Amino acid sequence: MSENKPRRKGSEPREEMPRQDPKVRRNNFDEVALGYSAEQAVAEAQRCLNCKKPFCVGGCPVGIDIPGFVTAIAEGDFDRAALTLKERNALPAICGRVCPQEDQCEKYCVLGKKWEPLAIGRLERFASDWETKQGKMNLPEIAPPTGRKVGIVGSGPAGLTVAADLAMLGHGVTIFEALHAPGGVLVYGIPEFRLPKSIVAREVEFIEKLGVKVEVNFVVGATRTIDELMKDEGYDAIFIATGAGLPYFMNIPGENLNGVYSANEFLTRSNLMKAYRFPSYDTPIKVGKKVAVVGGGNVAMDSVRTAMRLGAEDVYCVYRRSRAEMPAREEEIENALEEEMILKELHNPIRIIGDEKGWVKQMECIKMELGEPDASGRRRPVPIEGSEFLIDVDVAVIAIGQGPNPLVPSTTPGLETNKWGNILADDETGLTSLEGVYAGGDIVTGAATVILAMGAGRKAANAIHEYLKTK
Amino acid sequence: MHKIIRKDALTPEIKLYIVEANLIATKVQPGQFVILRLHEEGERIPLTVADFDREKGTITLIVAEIGKTTRELGTLNEGDGILDLVGPLGKATHVEKFGTVACVGGGIGVAPVYPIARALKEAGNRVVSIIGARCKDILILEKEMEAASTEMYVTTDDGSYGIHGFVTQQMEKLIGDGYKFDFAVGIGPVPMMKAFAGVTVKHNIKSVVSLNPIMVDGTGMCGVCRVDVDGKTKFACVDGPEFDAHLVDYDLLLSRQTTYCAEEKQSMDRYEKCNGDCCKH
Repeated sequence: MSENKPRRKGSEPREEMPRQDPKVRRNNFDEVALGYSAEQAVAEAQRCLNCKKPFCVGGCPVGIDIPGFVTAIAEGDFDRAALTLKERNALPAICGRVCPQEDQCEKYCVLGKKWEPLAIGRLERFASDWETKQGKMNLPEIAPPTGRKVGIVGSGPAGLTVAADLAMLGHGVTIFEALHAPGGVLVYGIPEFRLPKSIVAREVEFIEKLGVKVEVNFVVGATRTIDELMKDEGYDAIFIATGAGLPYFMNIPGENLNGVYSANEFLTRSNLMKAYRFPSYDTPIKVGKKVAVVGGGNVAMDSVRTAMRLGAEDVYCVYRRSRAEMPAREEEIENALEEEMILKELHNPIRIIGDEKGWVKQMECIKMELGEPDASGRRRPVPIEGSEFLIDVDVAVIAIGQGPNPLVPSTTPGLETNKWGNILADDETGLTSLEGVYAGGDIVTGAATVILAMGAGRKAANAIHEYLKTK
Repeated sequence: MHKIIRKDALTPEIKLYIVEANLIATKVQPGQFVILRLHEEGERIPLTVADFDREKGTITLIVAEIGKTTRELGTLNEGDGILDLVGPLGKATHVEKFGTVACVGGGIGVAPVYPIARALKEAGNRVVSIIGARCKDILILEKEMEAASTEMYVTTDDGSYGIHGFVTQQMEKLIGDGYKFDFAVGIGPVPMMKAFAGVTVKHNIKSVVSLNPIMVDGTGMCGVCRVDVDGKTKFACVDGPEFDAHLVDYDLLLSRQTTYCAEEKQSMDRYEKCNGDCCKH
């Protein structure tokens, strides 16, 4: 590394993340963010003040030793950086890409008070990508087998984290995945251009090397119930991590017309089934020329940007509040705007209109204005009378949220849920109303983030480990 | 990988497969289905389970070759494997001793009707079955349905075999002759199920149909299989596939089934042109 350059100061701006040009990237599914070079990573890591009290660590849902791995990068010891990351985070290449660091570790970075916070997320990505490029996969120490069996329902971020933690503690872990490929939302929800599937595959491979068995095409609640797994198959504990696998629709007229997708369907076709490569891949997807995506979260942004890459010319994001209230990551909103997303903020769809063949033709929207704050603290959108108008669309994607899939709760007697169907679980342990049955991630909290799911997984793994000691 | 143990051509374009699927075979009930994916580039398609052997750990799929995937499946032989099979999905048929039941199957619909008829007979019902096809050459499972029924009637649209007419016409005739049905199940192409519902509504017969919308995941996650039942949106893969025949919006289902007609044709044309060579796995 460059020993002769003067050490970077925290007051200097952070290293720019190289990205594909918007006009180019709108037409391909390659990763938008290209990653730091080694020089950039070292330079950025040098900005770290090495605070006596590192507030950043407290902002991380899985408690990564941030000063530890950052210092390693600054010293040019990238292997050590990767290992430090892996001690607390089983999926660093993924988190480095999709975590909302600006709301977590970077939010508490002292540098951010006067200047720009340390680019912790970009450094995390760099270190784990470095390890991948070396072709190495360093395994941590694994405890001797305990003889206990744990079943994990779902191979998304929460399930993978619990699996890794418990496998390292010596337990016999099997993940049951309903789809034909593991990863959950990491494979079906988040697009290739934000999170390459080869990275997900590699993280899953790491977890399998720890001794975890992954059984795909196994739908817990249909193939076997939780009761059957525990009573007939001898599982000592179960962790339910089925995520936010129920699409929400608006229940407006016309929502069942041809060409209206839930975001789950739209993204699953594109990401999991690789419909963007139709006809070499058999699953089709419709885009047409004009697409309207309803919603303002990360899933809506993913849907907008996927529609563009599938060939849509005009892609609208229809959101009933203003841009400032959009829950999506600021970075993804900016990326989408650079890619020429047409943001129709303060617009609410009231019905979808079809043609004589049963196809979407137009979306009728009404303009909104912001009134008093509601229970979530955000200002309530209120329709402006008489402001209805029509947008021509070929395809509509409803990305207003995803809820808990009822398959597991409805087939597990005694498993308590709240009125929206989320499983009730203890905040600290993930324990549900059933002994030996734990839950975490979106199925408990409602749709949230990868890292929060992992944090819940970390806590539940500890609780399950303690529980298994008593059996 | 699920090995094909046996493959029979029931008609030139309807094939029967007995496939290794131990987890599914030991749990599946009549009325349920599986989702199949042939290979890495394949699409996911739903197929009802026509029969199962819990001891041997196998399920029987009867498949009409109507598109690229089913056609490609038809080129596999005994010993070949299907990459992904998941199930059993959907709610099983509700079977009880109703009394006298009508089991009506049209075309490929006879395949899912068969295990239901058998279960209804085992439950003590008098099972009156009516099976039909467009013509004699594409009629399936006649012997099997005979064994599963108390009485059976066969119809062909063109009169080349059995009674000349539609299955629904035969049902009307039986009702006219004095048959009193306590329950009826009708499965087949959507227009047939719509006509079946027309008959059972007219005569106030409690009845169900099994809907066949497009599906992707099959577990309630994507919503593509949404159907309108009694004015409410339901997911056929988890709320169904069976629904009250009188409450289904059949026209909407027919319309939604055409969503990918253009792509289906494109895929089939491409497959036929390369003679399957471009898709060798």
